[in-house]
Amino acid sequence: MNPIKLRTEHLTAFYGEKPAISEVKLDFPERAVSAIIGPSGCGKSTLIRCLNRMHETVARARVEGQVLLDNEDIYQLDPVRVRRRIGMVFQKPNPFVTMSIYNNVSAALRFNGRPSREETDRTVVRSLQQAALWDEVKDRVDAPAVSLSGGQQQRLCIARALAAEPEVLLMDEPCSALDPIATAKIEELVGKLKDEYTVVIVTHNMQQAARVADYTAFMYLGKLIEFGPTEELFERPKDTLTEAYITGRFG
Amino acid sequence: MSLPTRAAHRTFVFDRHARRKLFSHGIAVLSGLTVIAVLYPLVSIVYEAFALGGSVIFQPGFLTSVPPNACSSLSCNTVGIGPDVQGTLIVVAMAAGISIPVGVMAAIFASEYRAKGVGRAISFTADVLTGVPSIICGAFVYGYFVVYYPQIAYSFYTGSFALSAIMIPIIVRTTEEALRVVPNATREAALALGISKWKATLRIVLVAALPGVATGVLLAIMRASGEAAPLLFTLLGSNIWFQGFNKEGAAMPLLIYFFALSPYPNQVKVAWGATLFLLSLILIVNVVSRLLIHRMRVRMGGV
Repeated sequence: MNPIKLRTEHLTAFYGEKPAISEVKLDFPERAVSAIIGPSGCGKSTLIRCLNRMHETVARARVEGQVLLDNEDIYQLDPVRVRRRIGMVFQKPNPFVTMSIYNNVSAALRFNGRPSREETDRTVVRSLQQAALWDEVKDRVDAPAVSLSGGQQQRLCIARALAAEPEVLLMDEPCSALDPIATAKIEELVGKLKDEYTVVIVTHNMQQAARVADYTAFMYLGKLIEFGPTEELFERPKDTLTEAYITGRFG
Repeated sequence: MSLPTRAAHRTFVFDRHARRKLFSHGIAVLSGLTVIAVLYPLVSIVYEAFALGGSVIFQPGFLTSVPPNACSSLSCNTVGIGPDVQGTLIVVAMAAGISIPVGVMAAIFASEYRAKGVGRAISFTADVLTGVPSIICGAFVYGYFVVYYPQIAYSFYTGSFALSAIMIPIIVRTTEEALRVVPNATREAALALGISKWKATLRIVLVAALPGVATGVLLAIMRASGEAAPLLFTLLGSNIWFQGFNKEGAAMPLLIYFFALSPYPNQVKVAWGATLFLLSLILIVNVVSRLLIHRMRVRMGGV
């Protein structure tokens, strides 16, 4: 197992007074894909949104416990800085509709600093290549982002997140709005991204977790039930709940 | 429950059908009549303005000379609203300079930083202010300045403050609405990239809302250009060209107000000319801005 990049300790997240997840303890290994699976409403999206402090942007939402990035509690740091180190891709593709493809990808760079033109160009090309979108858009990077198909928009959002040069990439059901072909492309991409990034992916699709993840966490009713190497979790689950879920008896 | 006989059933259906049809036609006719009631004033205003002002606005010097003095002989033919066009442009520009930043910022605060009801209070205040009679805005500004800064009680400053009181609520409401239409996903995308909240708000969310904001600003400008009441106690009115920001000045609605009441036909004629000019200006700005805003929306991908 690679060294631990991201770790949660006693992580409890509330919406108002109601905890959506409680006492979650998880270790995400570096340069590996970790999947979080579980039935709807089990708190997997809430959990991933706690990992880059997006949870607290919702009104009346609150977090207790710790999230340690390289053994440093991100809740003691400036959230803006945290989010630059931990990027995120959302469920529905959300490119900036007012911007071109180029400006979408370079957004983090342009808004967070004063990059030179060459630097921006280099980052845009690299990020689009990493997101496996470059070949499809290299002739029209100045076209509006909304002119792309849904699957392309999602890869654009991945490129946009990668352009910020994060250490960790969080993906919240990135394929749920996409067709099977676009899904396959994203999955292939996730497999490549782990060479450079620590990836955490939330999915409601067990097959997807089995295909892309090195480690899988199973959550149920806001609690972490089991976490381990994907193969182990799927073939020799330790918990009867996990077994029931992966064999399709509920969820 | 017994079913009606076939024949009875049929007559019942026919009767109901006929009655419904009659009712439907009646409502259609009534709605048609109300449309006429709505359109009649607009059409007659435009018609009168053209009929009585049409010949005036093309007379030489209409936009470049000062308004004529009262003249009882039938031979006085000079017309002009130059200072009034100039004054309206200046006072509305000043008011826009105040109310666009204030209105947009207040709307951003109300919509993006909803801190414990403060945002709701802003929206509510804007709603109430929209309903305040415009002459009260003028009287209030006058009342304040005449006590504390009497030397500029009648000036472009007070005129633009009074107009701002009309423009700000319009801008706040429309901007707020435009910001609310921007999907939350856009805000989340920006924040998740490590872009600070104020940058995300000003440079991404506000930009996405720009067509709506522009609509509100233009609405406010057009409304302010046609207002006479707030200027009566503040800009006061004048027959000469711009003398300085701290002096009273001219404005088209004021000229219309004073000249329309004049007993001298030559001044009444100029009032009609000014009416037509103001009306056309507002109409042209309206149409052109709508086209521009539409193009902006299309370029943004129809959001």
